[in-house]
This record gives sequence, C-alpha cells and structure tokens, in this order.
Amino acid sequence: MSELTKRIPKQHVVGFVGSIILTVAAAWAAVGSDLPTPWIITSIMVLAVIQAFIQLFMFMHMTETESGGIQAGNMLYGFFVAVVIVAGSIWTMSFGYTHDHGGGSDNDNETEEHEHMDH
Amino acid sequence: MEFIDFLLEDFFVTGQPLIYGAMVSIVLVSIAIVFVLSYFKKWGWLWREWLTTVDHKKIGIMYIIAALAMLFRGGVDALLMRTQLTLPGMEFLDSQHYNEIFTTHGTIMIIFMAMPFLIGLMNYIVPLQIGARDVAFPFLNALSFWSFAFGAMIFNLSFVIGGSPDAGWTSYTPMAGATLNPGPAQNYYLIGLQVSGIGTLATGINFIVTILKMRAPGMKMMRLPIFTWSTFITSIIIVFAFPILTVALALMTIDRIFGSHFFTLTGEGMPMMWANLFWLWGHPEVYIVILPAFGIFSEIISTFARKQLFGYKAMVYSMVVIAGLSFVVWVHHFFTMGAGGAVNSFFSITTMLIAVPTGVKIFNWLGTMYKGRIRFDTPMLWSLAFIPCFVIGGVTGVMLAMAAADYQYHNTYFLVAHFHYVLIAGTVFGCFAGLTYWYPKMFGHKMNEKLGKISFWFFVIGFNVCFFPMYFLGFAGMPRRTYTIEPEWMALNVTASIGAILMAIGFAVFVYNIYYSFRYSQRETHGDTWDGRALEWATTTPVPFYNFATVPKIEGPEAYWRMKENGRTTYEKEKVEPIHMPSDSGVPFVMMAFMFIASFGLIWEWIGIAIAGLIGVLACMVIRSFDYDDGFYVSVEEIKQTEKKAREGEQ
Amino acid sequence: MSAHTDISTGPLEYRTQEGRMNILGFWIFLGAEVVLFSTLFATYAVLFGRTADAPVPADLFEMPMVLIMTFLLLTSSFTCGIAIHHMRRGSLKGLFVWLGITLALGLGFLGFEIYEFVHYAHEGASLPSSAFWSAFFVLTGTHGLHVLLGISWAVLILIQLRQRGLTPVTSRKVFIVGLYWHFLDVIWIFIFTSVYLIGMVV
Repeated sequence: MSELTKRIPKQHVVGFVGSIILTVAAAWAAVGSDLPTPWIITSIMVLAVIQAFIQLFMFMHMTETESGGIQAGNMLYGFFVAVVIVAGSIWTMSFGYTHDHGGGSDNDNETEEHEHMDH
Repeated sequence: MEFIDFLLEDFFVTGQPLIYGAMVSIVLVSIAIVFVLSYFKKWGWLWREWLTTVDHKKIGIMYIIAALAMLFRGGVDALLMRTQLTLPGMEFLDSQHYNEIFTTHGTIMIIFMAMPFLIGLMNYIVPLQIGARDVAFPFLNALSFWSFAFGAMIFNLSFVIGGSPDAGWTSYTPMAGATLNPGPAQNYYLIGLQVSGIGTLATGINFIVTILKMRAPGMKMMRLPIFTWSTFITSIIIVFAFPILTVALALMTIDRIFGSHFFTLTGEGMPMMWANLFWLWGHPEVYIVILPAFGIFSEIISTFARKQLFGYKAMVYSMVVIAGLSFVVWVHHFFTMGAGGAVNSFFSITTMLIAVPTGVKIFNWLGTMYKGRIRFDTPMLWSLAFIPCFVIGGVTGVMLAMAAADYQYHNTYFLVAHFHYVLIAGTVFGCFAGLTYWYPKMFGHKMNEKLGKISFWFFVIGFNVCFFPMYFLGFAGMPRRTYTIEPEWMALNVTASIGAILMAIGFAVFVYNIYYSFRYSQRETHGDTWDGRALEWATTTPVPFYNFATVPKIEGPEAYWRMKENGRTTYEKEKVEPIHMPSDSGVPFVMMAFMFIASFGLIWEWIGIAIAGLIGVLACMVIRSFDYDDGFYVSVEEIKQTEKKAREGEQ
Repeated sequence: MSAHTDISTGPLEYRTQEGRMNILGFWIFLGAEVVLFSTLFATYAVLFGRTADAPVPADLFEMPMVLIMTFLLLTSSFTCGIAIHHMRRGSLKGLFVWLGITLALGLGFLGFEIYEFVHYAHEGASLPSSAFWSAFFVLTGTHGLHVLLGISWAVLILIQLRQRGLTPVTSRKVFIVGLYWHFLDVIWIFIFTSVYLIGMVV
C-alpha cells in the first residue's frame, strides 16, 4: 500500500531505466560492437525478450489478482506459438537447407530459393 | 448502357442454367420470407426476439439453423460434383464451374458448417453445464454470431454476383493471386472468411473466460463435464490459431488489391509461404472441428452406457496434449513441396505422435461402454458408428503421415477419402448426435426415434459406400479436383455417387424429422430427457431465459447425477434472489451489416464504399463504448412464477 | 452477471466480477495479438533479403530516427504506467495529465513513422516494390495502425472519464487501454530489434 502514496512508484522507474539501458545496449551491440553477426542477433533477441518481460511484469502487472497465473500461462503459450510460427516458418521455408553446405546444389530451384534465405 | 453491360457481364453471374435456377429460387424464397413476416406481422418479433438477442441459447439455435442451411448448400455442391464424375463426358459442369463448386464445397463445409454447428451447440450447452446464466460477454457473443452470419452471406453471394472463387478451399498462390485469378471471385473467399474469422476469435475468448470465471460454486476444473472441457481446449486453439488465418488472408488481400508481393511470382514473393501460413492455421483448425465432437460423443456414450466416463483425466490430458501438438504438424499438408529430409522427418514424427492421444480417447470410449447397460437411441447410434469409421480415417491418416509414402498419396482420392472419413465420421456424426441428444433441451420435444434411425442408417451406409471406394480410387491414381475421369475409375465413381445419394436421403429425412417432430412429437414435461448426468439436464425444459433460478452448488463430478442420487434439485425456492441479466442490443447486427457493406466494397475494389462501411462499423463501436446500460434485474416474483409454470409437469 | 461476487476493496477496476472478466478476456486477446504479430514477423523473416530491384534496408534504415521512435514509445509506456498508478491512487487529475502525455508521445511516434514511410517511398521503397518491402510496410504499418487505434480509443475513454469520473467501469476501461498501450510497446521492442537492428547488421 505504501507504493500507492508515492507520485511515481519505484518499480516503474526501475523498469523504465532498465528498458532504456537494454535498448541502448542492443543498439550498441548492433552497430558499435565487433561481434560476429550470429552472436549479435542472438544477444539482441535475448535483450528484447528481457525488455518484454519488464513490460509484462513491471508495467502491466501481469501476475496481479487471482487470474495472474492464467494470464501468465496465456502469454507463455502465446510465446510458444510465436516461436513455433517464426522459427518453424524460417526453417520450413528455407526447405531445411543451410546456405553453407550446398544441400540443394543438385537442384537448381532449391539453390535459387536458399540464396534469398541467407541472413 | 455501360452500367447495364457491367451488370450483365461482370456483376451478375450469367450463362449457366443452374445458376439462373438458383437466382430465381433465391428471389422467390426472399419474397416468400418477406411476405410471411409481413402477413403475420412478425417483423417486430424477429427483431426483438432474435436479431437483437444476447441470450446464449437463442444465439446457439441461430448458429445451428444457419449451419444446417450451409450443410444443405455444401451438400448440393457435393451432389453436383458426384453427378459430374458419374457422367464425365456429358458436360454437366464445365471445368471452370467444377472448380468453383469444389472450392465452395470445402470452404462452406469447414468454415460455415462444421464450426458454426459446433459453436452453436457450445453456446447452448456450455453455460448450462457449468451452472452459469449466460456467457461471460453476451454482447460479444451476439457480435460473433452476426459476424459469422454476414461472413457466410458474403461468401454465398459470390455464387450469383461476381462469380465463385475457384482456387480450392486452400486457395494456393500463385493460382489464387491477382495475375492468374483477377476479379472479385477470390476476394469473396478472402473477405468472407476474414469477417467470420473475427467472430470465431471472439467466441474463443468468450468461452475461455466463461469456463474459467463463471462456473457455479464447487464446479472445479476437474469436475467439468467433458464437453465443456473440449470446448475449453478448442477455444484455446481458436485464440492461438485464428490470428494466423487473419494475417494470411489479409496478406493475400493486400497482394490482390494493393499490389504487394507476399505470395506473387514477381517482386521475389514466395507463393509457398501462403501454403505455410494457411496450414499453420489449417491444422489446428482440424482439431477445432474435431475436439468438440469428441466431447459430444463422450457425453452421449457415458449417458447411454449408463456409466461414468472411463478415464476422465486421460481424456482431459489427451486433449491438452493435442492442443499443444496441433501447432507443430502443419508441414505434413505439403510434404511434396520438396523440403529437405530433416523438415519432412520432423513433421512426420510429430504427426504420428498426435495419433497417440487420439488413440487414448478411443480406448476411453470403449472402456466406458465395457459392462455398461447400453441403450440404443439415435444419439448413441451416431456415436457407435463414429468409432469404427473414425478409426479408419485415423489409421489412413497415419499412412499419410509418412512423408515418403505421401509422395504417392498426395492430392489423390486417397487423401479425399481420409479427410472425409475423419471430418464426416467425426464432426458431422458428432453434430447430428449432439443435435439429436440436446434437441429436447432446446425445443421441448425429442426428435422422432424411428425417423432418426432411418436417417442414421441411410447416412452411415451411404457415407461408407461413398467414401470407402475413394481410397481405392486414390491407389488407382485418380487425382482430386479433377472434373473428368479415366474409364478404369468409372465403376468406383458410380459406387461413390450411389453412396452420396444415400447420404442425401439421410439428410433429407433428418430435416423432415425436424418438421415431423415439431408437429407430432410428445412434449417433454421433465427437464431430464435421457436420464442424464451433467448439469444441463438439471434445468427445466424449456430452459428459462435466466437458466438457473438459484445457482446450484456442485459437490463432485457428474453434478446432476449426484443431485439425483441425493434427491436434490437446482431450485431452492426460499433462496431465490433477483437475477441480473444483460440487455438485448441491436448494435451487433447493425455493426456487422455495415461490415457487410464494407466487405462488398472491398471485394469489388470500390474503395469509397469500403470506407463508408468501415466508418459505419467504427461509429457502432463508438456507440457501444458510450453505452453504459447495465442490464436489468428479474424480480423474485417473476422467477417464482416462471419456475412454477415450468415445473408443473414434474410432479 | 453475478452481483454477489463483487468486492469492496482493492483497485476499482477489479471490484466487479464484470471488471475482472473483462480484464482477463483482454489478456487472452493479447495472447491472440502475440500470434497475429508473430505471423507478421515470420513473414518478414522469410521474405528478408527479397528486395528485388528496390533499395536494401541497410541503405535506408537510420539509427538516430529509429532510436528517437523507440524512446518516444518507451517513455509513453512508462507514463502510461504512471497514469494507471495515479488512477489507483484515486487522482483523476494525475490520470488526465499522465495519460495526456502518453497520447502526445504516441502521436509523436506516429508522426515519425509517417515521415519515415514517406521518406522510404521517395527513395524507391514502398509496399509494391518487392516482397521484402511489402513485409516491412505491413508489419510496421499494422503496429502503427494499432497505435492510432489505441490513441483514438483512449480519447473516447478520456471523454467518458470527464462525464463520469472514476467508477469501476471507467477505471476498468482505462486499465485495459493501458494494457493495450504497454503491449504495443512490447511489439515495438521486437520490431526495433528484429527489423531495424538486424536490418542494419546484415
């Protein structure tokens, strides 16, 4: 209840500062660091997920009231389906070939397909 | 003059006697409806009692009526196809018309028949089964229904105005794209599904909250009747699968109308991405239409075997597993795309895995019947027929799951036979079983048993005669979606067509049974028609609009069975309190009517009309936002009178 | 429906059964929105690099503008949280001020986004340019449309607050539009990361 008397609650300030730091860190990792590309992508995605959790827990109070568990479970299942859709589509639409091992080299169509898939 | 040319050449579908006939009958039926409503002064009644209602029971009935009409339309499409394949050289249908008919058949049966039929049953039954007085969001429920109804209307309009879509219910690009498929036909598919999809998503959210938050005291999750559980799991799948369809449809619409390059051959688009997105939704969709049917069969088998459902927990967990797995099997619909071994193997294995929880359920049904004292009423007959037929469909599904073998089966009649065996034996039998089972609760009288059995035998025998030969046609190499056949496929095609006629007779008897029972069936005096076990049978028949006069207290699974054993009812006269109910509203109907206008504009790419319709929709939303109507209270006096009248026959 | 389950303590928006159900229903809707946007992200990822004759993203994306847009939306999410906090303290005035700031920041974001789109179109990258740009514009445009919808919706609720003050119904509406607003920030974080940052790296 003591939180309620404050004009600006500490939790929100912490969340805000945290997300600014994470944003700047991600921007730096992308354009300022010398990390190899796969590492950059992995690390900035992790930073994004952390930021999403800051929003959900510190700003949106996802777990408050007796429906908190349901709400959190709902979002988790949403994230599961999201990962399936994004990762599954990328994998399937690349036809399961990666660009560095010529898996489709015996087939012109596939070679052309996965040229565009590189990133 | 130009306008008239446009009307005759592009707007109305012209040049086919079948369609002229349909146009004439549409006009005649419309005139007849208007005349009857005006003559008996029923317009006000229609508006007050049905078009503006937010009562889950009436909405459920409207869903079911619409679904039966769509079953008729889809069934006629099927018969036309069978006729063409039986008389292949006679030019009964040309190839274009045949393409249109298999497209509308598939789309209507899945989107506008199977789902609304099941959603109608859910609407009527689920609140009763959990001891609630309505769904969580009654207004939203009405909105869902009208979005489905107008979506279906849009889609069916294509038949006489602008031409039907012809790229299959899967509408693969680039064939469904603007280059190869110009004009409004394909837009009807996209927009019709989009509009009704809004309603389906809202229904999913509505039922999740209803089941989580509106259960009567003591109704724990593991005490829920199994049909309610299946509705709950289905709703979860709806909520997480339908947005994928929404996006896929939107992307193709943008491709076609605004010139983007998602699924085009130009601009480095990827046509197969459509197939990917379509099936990402499409496979969960299969479980959306089958799980509620499983729930219905479980209720019926338990009631008519007079035993508690065997393995209740296994049933629930197997549905949970299905809900998870249903999102990771979609690629098996396009193994032949030519993805690598890793992709195809992965999806082969997940597909085989999902057969396991389904198999568990089969054993549960058998276990429920084991040593039961089985009654063979019509609902039970449908459920009994379901088990072997569905097993045939399921086993052939596992055959299709093997990626390498699928290269042989893909897009042959083997596949056609497989999915009709699961969807008809599962969903359609389930709908007929559920409707017959809950019919007395809805309308106050049973469906005639004798006619019911006649319709059952015609339909089930016809179904097997129609679809079993198709497995062999598939082995013989007959591709699906072909309007002409090789001579060696003739005999089996004729057999299949005979089966289709038997099914049509079965359906006709079913519909006649509705009329016959309305006229002659004995009226129910008691709410508990079948010696039921779940809470819906604890209400009186007909169910008062507030469902339960006093909220029942639940002490264990099979709530009503327990009450009967302990000699208690759900009506405690001295505990009646005023009941709060939501007010009716015309906004859902009007909003979706505007949506209809907007859709029509978009389909014809008349952007002005589309924007005008959209403004109407937004205006309705604003009106709703400012509406602070808090519903009304039913007085104790009125409740007591209603209950007295409803319970007269019980003593 | 069931008036007897209403409670008299805790935040106003949770006091009625109806309020609690609406908020839960909205959370579930947000789950559906996660799927909606992830489908758009999947499409974007699959079509990545398919620019045809149009410019490539690395030539057009500019870090300063993207960072400004990100900070506008991040800050607006923060101020929106403060607005809800003031509502729970019972301060209608605080709610108006902070929600007003939130909407102003949101409008600023939209302004930048429109400028960005027009700028790209001038450089030869628009919706029909190529598969990649179709995916880009539809993904970011859908988010922008959500922001626009959120602003209009919040304005409607501000009018209702003016008319009725803080009641269980109005505070429930404010809370829900607040959830929506934070959620749009979550989506933007992923757009910022997987569209702009990765677009600049690769």
